[in-house]
Amino acid sequence: MTDIATRATDTPRAVQSPGGRRRLSGGGPRAGTVLAFVTPFFLPFVLFYLVPVGYALWQSFRVVRRTAGQYGTSYTTFGGFEQYGQVFQNSEFWASIGRIGLFGIVQVPVMLFTALIIALLLDTPLLRLKAFFRITAFMPYAVPGVIAAIMWSYLYSPQLSPVVELFQGIGLKPDFLGPGAVLWSTANVSTWLWTGYNMLIMYAALQSIPQELYEAARIDGATNWTIAWRVKVPIILPSIVLTTVFSIIGTLQLYAEPAVLRQISSNISSTFTPNMLAYAVASGNNYQQAAAISVVIAVITFVLSFGFMRLTSKRAGL
Amino acid sequence: MALMLLLAVYFLLPIYFLVVAATKPQGDLAATNGLAFSHFSLFDNLRTLFTRSDGIFGRWALNTVIYAVLGAGVGTLISALCGYALAKFPFRGREFLFSVVLGGVLVPTTALALPLFLLFSATGIVNTYLAVFLPSIVSPFGVYLARIFTNAAVPQELIESARLDGAGEFRTFFSVAFKLMTPALVTIFLFQFVAIWNNFFLPMVMLQKESLFPLTLGLYEWNGQTARAPLLQESVITGSLVSIVPVIIVFILLQRFWRSGLAAGSLK
Repeated sequence: MTDIATRATDTPRAVQSPGGRRRLSGGGPRAGTVLAFVTPFFLPFVLFYLVPVGYALWQSFRVVRRTAGQYGTSYTTFGGFEQYGQVFQNSEFWASIGRIGLFGIVQVPVMLFTALIIALLLDTPLLRLKAFFRITAFMPYAVPGVIAAIMWSYLYSPQLSPVVELFQGIGLKPDFLGPGAVLWSTANVSTWLWTGYNMLIMYAALQSIPQELYEAARIDGATNWTIAWRVKVPIILPSIVLTTVFSIIGTLQLYAEPAVLRQISSNISSTFTPNMLAYAVASGNNYQQAAAISVVIAVITFVLSFGFMRLTSKRAGL
Repeated sequence: MALMLLLAVYFLLPIYFLVVAATKPQGDLAATNGLAFSHFSLFDNLRTLFTRSDGIFGRWALNTVIYAVLGAGVGTLISALCGYALAKFPFRGREFLFSVVLGGVLVPTTALALPLFLLFSATGIVNTYLAVFLPSIVSPFGVYLARIFTNAAVPQELIESARLDGAGEFRTFFSVAFKLMTPALVTIFLFQFVAIWNNFFLPMVMLQKESLFPLTLGLYEWNGQTARAPLLQESVITGSLVSIVPVIIVFILLQRFWRSGLAAGSLK
């Protein structure tokens, strides 16, 4: 079984590399032509990706000081790691990181597992109404985070919600916006939004597996269940890794959904997520501190997603 | 099957609620069951929505279309050119450039918004269309997808024979590769289109002028005012419905194209 999986993952690479070598030794277009193809992308990429990253780094090493005396004027100067020291001493920063960490540890696996189950079910010949289920699950992806949060906030609100009404009908009194629940209510909005998107990436990978593999497994006596877990899942592992990395990035960027729920719940502070904290600090005109927070968030994102990719690719031998 | 039905209910519930709520007069929102239709006043709600504050909602809708269609159009073209070159042109530093692009995929875009704001305020383009438009044309994931797809779908032989026929590189790209890349181009366009359509943080950081807002930012502001002005609630709901329906329709209509594009991208 593992043999089948290994061979299947190796195939695309085996096809790619001889082509790559041939192209490298062969003649290509002149440097000017290459530039004409890549510059339209790389110019804005450098200006709106790399330069801001560099600028944020530079800003994060600066501090605002005042000249001595009561009427001292302010000036910015090099401050070394002072801003970072402040970030790490800021309890609100750690609170927001802790919150988002808890959120991610629960929400990401729940969402991806649900997505995987739907993708596997859609891939079996047993299920009917496939097109309907596929579109239904994917539809939320077309909904902006802000709008999704507005929609769910109506479903959470005690005055308007038919869901709350339903619960009350059976004697429960859920408080979706309460201090303990609001983080999970936010997680629900993210799950609702992104499950279908992740499902689709996994489903697309499943669809590109050649049918002969299943025939072979079936001859070996494998059931649908073993085929799903021992053949399909290992083959689409790269897609699962991809969706996990995107989910990690998405979690650490969380802003719109809690910002909307904040409009109706006093249990979401203005520093609920790291990004909300960065924005709040920037609004207070402390750009250097906000830059340091942004850099820390970006580094954490990078380390987590890159580390996860490395870890899984080593484990799976990809 | 039962599980799938349950999940389908979960995914449809908020959208169904929105459709129902958008057809109700404001007074019925809290007074009637949220999942049952009452007096049908969708058209009244739409009229109120589009005439409120001198028709600012129509302006927001137009802005969103401009940001998303133009941004995704330009973005797709430059991603395709770059991805194609990274796949098919042998040149030094090619793998390095591709790694930089991959690194770009991992950079959280919200982390870019604040430094971009500072840079843009220094150059004076904060609070203009360009402040939102320019950063959104860059899609590292688009380049990634274009490269993978070109490798899988554009045979080297075809490029060679176009060259032998005397076609220039651009001519080869537009007349030979472009057609073969259609599923990937549709996929890149749609996903970037949705990303811009849904964007919130960047416009919020960049824009103060209400007349430049996209729908997301406008509805967010209105939603924040409903506590003081409860009558806005119906417009927030109707506006939300108006802003999601076009995207859902586009996705359903074009699914044949973007699904095959996605399948190619997910191979690796």
